[in-house]
Amino acid sequence: MRYLCLIYDEEQKVGALSQKESEAFMGEYFAFTDAIKKSGHYVGGEALQPVNTATAVRIRNGKVSTTDGPFAETKEQLGGYYLINARDLNDAIQVASKIPSARLGTIEVRPIQEFEQPQ
Amino acid sequence: MSEDAAERARAAVDAVYRAESRRVLATLIRLLRDFDLAEEALHDAFTAALEQWPLEGVPANPRAWLVSTGRFKAIDGLRRRSRFDASLDQLAQRLDADAPESGGGDPGVEDDRLRLIFTCCHPALALDGQVALTLRTVCGLTTEEIAHAFLTQPPTLAQRIVRAKAKIRDAGIPYEVPTRADLPGRLDGVLHVIYLVFNEGYSASSGASLTRPDLSAEAIRLGRLLVELLSEPEAAGLLALMLLHDSRRAARTSAAGELILLDDQDRSLWNRNQIAEGAALVERALASRRFGPYTLQAAIAAVHAESPSASATDWAQIVGLYDVLLRADPSPVVELNRAVAVAMRDGLAAGLTLIDAIFARGELTDYHLAHSARADLCRRLGKTRDARISYERALALTRQAPERRFLERRLRELLSLMPRR
Repeated sequence: MRYLCLIYDEEQKVGALSQKESEAFMGEYFAFTDAIKKSGHYVGGEALQPVNTATAVRIRNGKVSTTDGPFAETKEQLGGYYLINARDLNDAIQVASKIPSARLGTIEVRPIQEFEQPQ
Repeated sequence: MSEDAAERARAAVDAVYRAESRRVLATLIRLLRDFDLAEEALHDAFTAALEQWPLEGVPANPRAWLVSTGRFKAIDGLRRRSRFDASLDQLAQRLDADAPESGGGDPGVEDDRLRLIFTCCHPALALDGQVALTLRTVCGLTTEEIAHAFLTQPPTLAQRIVRAKAKIRDAGIPYEVPTRADLPGRLDGVLHVIYLVFNEGYSASSGASLTRPDLSAEAIRLGRLLVELLSEPEAAGLLALMLLHDSRRAARTSAAGELILLDDQDRSLWNRNQIAEGAALVERALASRRFGPYTLQAAIAAVHAESPSASATDWAQIVGLYDVLLRADPSPVVELNRAVAVAMRDGLAAGLTLIDAIFARGELTDYHLAHSARADLCRRLGKTRDARISYERALALTRQAPERRFLERRLRELLSLMPRR
């Protein structure tokens, strides 16, 4: 099964890391990514720029509305994701628990909804 | 086949249902990889048994017969429905290609019910869903019974079960016992659920009988299995707690089915083997220094169990153990039990003050045992009016017939003491 691991970090906490800590953190991410490529779990993954770069786009009454945000009233923000292939939820939880941000924030593990292709 | 033989075969189906239906279901879930499909298959297998066993006799291995019949009927049913949904035919082919033995090769654990209980108690499920699903599928309680046990409505309970099953299926929760590395972490939820099952058997939530020994025995069996599988002190602590409670079963009710309180029980009826086994498990768990709330509760139960009479009980030790328990696992119910122990150690009034303080915070106001404990202290203090109010409140909250009769008896005794106006 495919699972999306959504990485929620506290941007303030991550931003408060010293340069050395920050480099070590990034190093952990590179090592983790290598490891799940080797184990065959990795399908894709990216880090996102901070939430203050976000733009909300909606169509209302046929018109495109573009606004700054959205900024949820939560302490943790979506900071990146991995798309993985896992045997089952337990396997996915194993992978998610090794994402460096699991120690600082929260990883949300969501199974991908598979749709049958029309023949 | 004679009428008599047919009757015997039907009785055999009933007996096998009671003894084996949960095991058969657990195995069918593994083979069919779907809770609902397995439940349907279980039902079909027993329907087939009711038709065939009276004619053909009871098979040599009823459980194996039911598993293979259920599996066959499920696959057959998928094939028939595949006329409308082609994907079902692929599913039927996949299931048919699996030999029934496949998936049974996990190291150490062959018991499908253990696999089932770890799946039902998966931490990715909501806790109330874990409990409901375990009681429904592992223990075979009805939705109604579970709802009573948790003071909730049957439709709410049914919803929880549906949601839990849907998450198991859609999120890909595997049907397996966790790896050794994950096992201790997964244990807490399982212990919690097993203890709830035990309590449902030890103090059935409703109905004519105070206890349902089958359920307690089931919980104890599951507890034993966990202790065999793991060297976790809390699993031993829970097993000890259940054994020590269960040791008093024969003394808890009179021949007429009336409730007898701990102080008034005939201690010669207590099961010495269970007490010895429970006490040894408690000691082992305490010695590990990694014990938790179950071990502490078991230690308290062991003090009672090893006391020759109610008056000789070491209440100071019991209060001390409750103090530790309250730090490890604070809860109003533990506070209530501690208050009763304090009443025995320091005097009834001291206990009553503590119980009233719990009520004053708005806690346990719907818990019948809190009101009956208060009533008992008031009665013994000669506060007849207060005792009456609390007995009546307890009575209004109790669904269990023997407990109701006990409270009604106490209330009658009390009223006969009250001055007539």
